[in-house]
Amino acid sequence: MTPPAAGALEQDEPSFSGSGASGPRLMTTPSPAVLPVDLQQRINQMQTSRLDSKRLPTVPALARILPGGGLQSGGSYSVRNSAALAMALLAGPSAQGAWCGVVGLPEFSVEAAREFGINLDRLILVPAPGAQWLTVTAALVDVVSVVLTRAPEHLAPTDTARLKARLRQRGAAMITLGSWQQSDSTLGVAESAWEGLGSGRGHLRARRMKITATHPSGRSRHAYLWLADLQHGLRDPAGGHLPASDGTPVSSDGGDPLFWPTLMNS
Amino acid sequence: MDSEPPGDGSPPATRTLLLWCPDWPITAALREHSLEADAALALMAKGEVFACSPAARQDGVRRGLRVREAQARCPHLICLPYDPDLDQRSFEPVTAAVEAILPGVQVLRPGLCAVRAKGPSRYYGSEEKLASVVFTTLAAIGLADVRIGIADGLFAAEQAARVAEETDDADAPLCIIPPGRSPWFLSTFPLDVLDQPKLAVLLRRLGIRSLGDFAALKAADVRNRFGEEGALAHRMASGIDSAAVVPRLPPPQLDSAVDFEPPLVRIDQLAFAFRMSAEAFVGRLRGAGLVCTVLRVVLSSDSGEVSERTWQHPRWFDADDVVDRVRWQLQGGRNADSGLSSGITRVHVDPVTVEDLGDHADGLWGTGPDESVHHGLARIQSMLGHGAVLTAIIAGGRLLADRRVYIPWGDAPPGSAGTLPRDRNLPWPGRLPGPVPATVFAEPVPAVVVDAAGNGVDVDGRGVLSADPAFFSAGRNAGPRWPVQSWAGPWPITERWWDPAGRVLNRFQLVDPSGSAWLFLLEDHRWWAEATYD
Repeated sequence: MTPPAAGALEQDEPSFSGSGASGPRLMTTPSPAVLPVDLQQRINQMQTSRLDSKRLPTVPALARILPGGGLQSGGSYSVRNSAALAMALLAGPSAQGAWCGVVGLPEFSVEAAREFGINLDRLILVPAPGAQWLTVTAALVDVVSVVLTRAPEHLAPTDTARLKARLRQRGAAMITLGSWQQSDSTLGVAESAWEGLGSGRGHLRARRMKITATHPSGRSRHAYLWLADLQHGLRDPAGGHLPASDGTPVSSDGGDPLFWPTLMNS
Repeated sequence: MDSEPPGDGSPPATRTLLLWCPDWPITAALREHSLEADAALALMAKGEVFACSPAARQDGVRRGLRVREAQARCPHLICLPYDPDLDQRSFEPVTAAVEAILPGVQVLRPGLCAVRAKGPSRYYGSEEKLASVVFTTLAAIGLADVRIGIADGLFAAEQAARVAEETDDADAPLCIIPPGRSPWFLSTFPLDVLDQPKLAVLLRRLGIRSLGDFAALKAADVRNRFGEEGALAHRMASGIDSAAVVPRLPPPQLDSAVDFEPPLVRIDQLAFAFRMSAEAFVGRLRGAGLVCTVLRVVLSSDSGEVSERTWQHPRWFDADDVVDRVRWQLQGGRNADSGLSSGITRVHVDPVTVEDLGDHADGLWGTGPDESVHHGLARIQSMLGHGAVLTAIIAGGRLLADRRVYIPWGDAPPGSAGTLPRDRNLPWPGRLPGPVPATVFAEPVPAVVVDAAGNGVDVDGRGVLSADPAFFSAGRNAGPRWPVQSWAGPWPITERWWDPAGRVLNRFQLVDPSGSAWLFLLEDHRWWAEATYD
């Protein structure tokens, strides 16, 4: 079953469709310099990059759309456009007592992190790693379970590969804000709507989101959920508590409530 | 008099020099409170006079008097509480001064210390010369009223020092009992000097009135009749008390200082030069079975500046950590290869808090997970500086940037001592309702908000909006203008209106058509993006 928004999704992700090794592209005769890169990406897609045995605790609403059913230790994930989504990914391990690190994000809001259930006592912030981003991130990967970071714009493929090997060796997960080559899954907020704000009245109360998780092979899954589901997901996985709002979400198709956290495979 | 030791082959008494500073508590209190030497002073313990100065004694103040009676006898009496720690503390320089010229000082109590006299007297020539050297040394540190007795054994030497008070001239109150003459010297003393009241009363009933009479008894009989205590007293009275002088061990020097000549001007040079001392410093602590958890670093520069800072450590300092702290203190936020304003002449590290090594030992199977976290973070800190690795707590405040407080890894959180300046449990009128934005810009980002006609939106002095916002953009280079889908505001925030440094702001929430929400501030007719709900 293909959701009607699938086409729009593809347009949302220029990074994926541009760099992804889709079939037709390989069919055309590439230049010799391009071939090893494409081949390498193809190999990376086919081989599993992580240890399947260990899964980090994840907010249930996100676990359902992530490959392998949750954050995998040794995996790397990228979040396209939402710091809140990245915080929700951090919250699962942190609530279970894991140490988390945040590198190179001076605008990371610790107060919001606390609302997501991240334990501030075990949250390490390195807001300005400067030119030593790779060293700092690698050192942090050694000691914490999850690292949230924003990758520098220019990173050599060898450095990426080394960091990935380090992640696999240490069993840590890495979440990058923005694009990241060879991520196991790319998450993003495809659609978003706020409630509680009129024109000149009220204040922001609740947020509905459509969250997509795109596998490097191109398959994508998405879920509709409320911001509160991410924040209280660990406590109450089955939902049942939609935030009080005047405009109650109504179901649109088949009697299924549209904005209930649902899972659809494409 | 019979100078032969009676009976048993016990070791001969040690030739002892005893140094006595009379009324030491008074001397210490006079110095501590910088009073006149002839002030009438009494030290009080439990409501009674514990010690009094000579001036007070002349007016009839005695030990054991109640405060009121002492004040009645001497109206200008100064009463202070007795502080035993002060005695100990102020006697320390005296001990140090004596140790500098004589080895092996035993402090019997503050104001009274003993030294083995044999070796030093041979070194200085004679016992009189030895005593005069001690008098000179103590006079140099401002201590005039000192008495010295030299005799065989501690007990005899103490009695000799007390006799010196009464007999000799004021310049050098010294009493030397020649070797072997201590029994004779002691024989005329009353029994009370033994400081055993029950024994003294009993002996007096038996017709024994002086130490000489007591010493004439057979040692075996005394032991049979009076037991071990009596035998000890008998030996003291016979002048053969064999209590050895047990020299104290000088406390180990744990701090470490390095002088640089010529002064060093580069931080990396200094860190390199200090590394060996840091290792020796940590090694010395380790040898004493200690680890340092709080460290004070004092840096003196060529131009006379002194920078002093106390550093804490989540575990304990090893040599690398000590060097790092010295470097960070020099750096003060600058880069590692930047020069200093003036050369550093001296680095002094001083352990402020030491703890037992046993409490910090590594486990048999390695250390716990948190310790590996600490090691990794310490590595990052040594790369980037102390303030680069942070933990955060949430404080009170109206603006989002005020509500987060960063603490460098390893420092104590300010809230632990209840000293957090802003309590987040206070009401903070004007703070943000609803969910907290996930991205709070470290510095507010300039923004533009216009109405439908393209004119800037503003708020007047009465808090009335000039027009509804219709388009906005955020970012330095004024990116594309987004239409405003919904909005709320202005929410006024007035911080410390009485203070020129206070702020008057208006806050807005805006939602763009893509569904992301922004928090805007309007201050002084200019728009800023404070945060975004992404």
